Amino acid sequence: MIQVTGLSKKYANYVAVDNISFSVDKGDIVGFLGPNGAGKTTTMRILTCFMPPTAGKVMVGGFDVFEQPFEVKKHIGYLPETPPLYPEMNVVDYLTFVARLKGIPNADITDKVQQAMKKCSVLDVSTKLISKLSKGYRQRVGLAQAIVHNPDVLILDEPTSGLDPKQILETRDLIKGLAGDHTIILSTHILPEVEAICKKVIIINKGKLVKTDSVENLKNRAAFTIEMSTRGAADTVAVRQKLEQVASVSKVVDREASSGRLAFDVEGLAGSDVRPDVARAVVQAGWNLLEMKSSTTLEEVFIELTGAEQSSAPQPVAAAEQAGEQQ
Amino acid sequence: MRNVGTICRRELYSYFVSPIAWVLLALFAFLSGWFTWLSSSYFVQDTMASQMRGQAAPMSVNEMVIAPLFGNIAVIGLFLIPLISMRLFAEEKRQGTMELLVTSPVHDIEIVLGKWLAAVLMYAALLGVLLLDISWLFIYGSPDWKPVVSGFAGLLLQGGALLAFGAFISSLTKNQIVAGAVGFGLALLLWIINWATSLGDSTTIRIVSYLSIVSHMESFSRGVIDTKDLIYYLSMIFLGLFLTTRSLESLRWRA
Repeated sequence: MIQVTGLSKKYANYVAVDNISFSVDKGDIVGFLGPNGAGKTTTMRILTCFMPPTAGKVMVGGFDVFEQPFEVKKHIGYLPETPPLYPEMNVVDYLTFVARLKGIPNADITDKVQQAMKKCSVLDVSTKLISKLSKGYRQRVGLAQAIVHNPDVLILDEPTSGLDPKQILETRDLIKGLAGDHTIILSTHILPEVEAICKKVIIINKGKLVKTDSVENLKNRAAFTIEMSTRGAADTVAVRQKLEQVASVSKVVDREASSGRLAFDVEGLAGSDVRPDVARAVVQAGWNLLEMKSSTTLEEVFIELTGAEQSSAPQPVAAAEQAGEQQ
Repeated sequence: MRNVGTICRRELYSYFVSPIAWVLLALFAFLSGWFTWLSSSYFVQDTMASQMRGQAAPMSVNEMVIAPLFGNIAVIGLFLIPLISMRLFAEEKRQGTMELLVTSPVHDIEIVLGKWLAAVLMYAALLGVLLLDISWLFIYGSPDWKPVVSGFAGLLLQGGALLAFGAFISSLTKNQIVAGAVGFGLALLLWIINWATSLGDSTTIRIVSYLSIVSHMESFSRGVIDTKDLIYYLSMIFLGLFLTTRSLESLRWRA
């Protein structure tokens, strides 16, 4: 449904998106994940033909965003980070306007608007002014706006940002409910959200593609931490070498541990479970195996992939500011 | 064409549900009423005076009331038109609704035409008030209707040209106040540029004064539709709308 090849976007002196490629199949829900300022919004804006790419080819529903933007736009529903609402309009009038703008024949408009309002549960506020709505309702009206013409592809930029926990859950359910009919790409920096909604994840950081994989695979990555004591019989280097020799182990990294203990991050080749072999090797060497723990939350995987220093360093803020300036 | 209508309708909706349309209408009703009253009072005074003197000099309502009235309204227009055009694009950019418009299957030129048309209709609504004022003159007198029609045509053309440029200015910023101030500055400049004619009759001065927007209104308000003036207004409208469309296109390259 969506094919992105070698996509780059440069602003005057700042590369927002750097040579990323990915593809999304029909009916998928894909989470577009990355810290603030990673280039998520820029990529989405290119997908929706809001701005052209500097380099690369982007195909949506078989049409090129640069060559045939008009065709692409017909197949896309887009919810930007701030929902594009006219505060002075009421909900029905607004959605009717959007429906007409998206090219729905006059005879079908009332129907489509009603359906969209029902799907997004905004029927009860249909005659209220948008300026009087709460943040949660506005987000839902924004979503209704994106689906009113029943597009093949839905692009949602941080659909749950700024909502309260209850609204977040409702919005997630709503998005899950839309799956199947639509191919959905949603961006977020909230990891549980990806776990809750998406089948596939695209992780980007500083404009570069870090990983594309299914949520399942990412969670089942054969990585774990191991903690042991050797009663002084062997030092860190020796133990690490021993662990590296175990079949299918691809990477062993030292970890800090409390005194008298040794700890390592161990990673196996994809699809293999090396834990039994590693445990056996440790025991056979006469060391005490104290703890083995898989890093299965997406949180840990994410931080590992995007680099842990990211989360505390001031860089992301600066990058976000820069992105803000560009808008 | 349908898209132009869709955008135009929404734009008018926004004018009339927000206070701006009503404030402008009230302001304009006061000003045009004031000028109508003033010029008809002058007229009545002059008629009395000429009767006292016993001379039956021919006096025309068209020349003494309606033509100056159109002249005054044309100048008032310069002040009010930036208020109509300043929000056209600046507001959409600030609200983020621009993203909706440019990611919808609509051509840029349709967005521009829809918005400009809505602004022209808003201005026409103001001129409707003037029409009411002038219709009183038809009740108490019998002016010639043709200069009235050409005068309104001239005002609409002048408004259309200024609104096209106002739309362009509005597409350059997301701040309405900036758009309004620059639009007002431009309108003022296009008016006072004409004052250079008193300096002489060199080619430069003639070119400069041809650019002046109000001077082209004069023949319209006297009932004369001069091709020269018509071409001036139409090409100003075309240029303004062309620039707006290009500015909208460049928005996505600059975005």
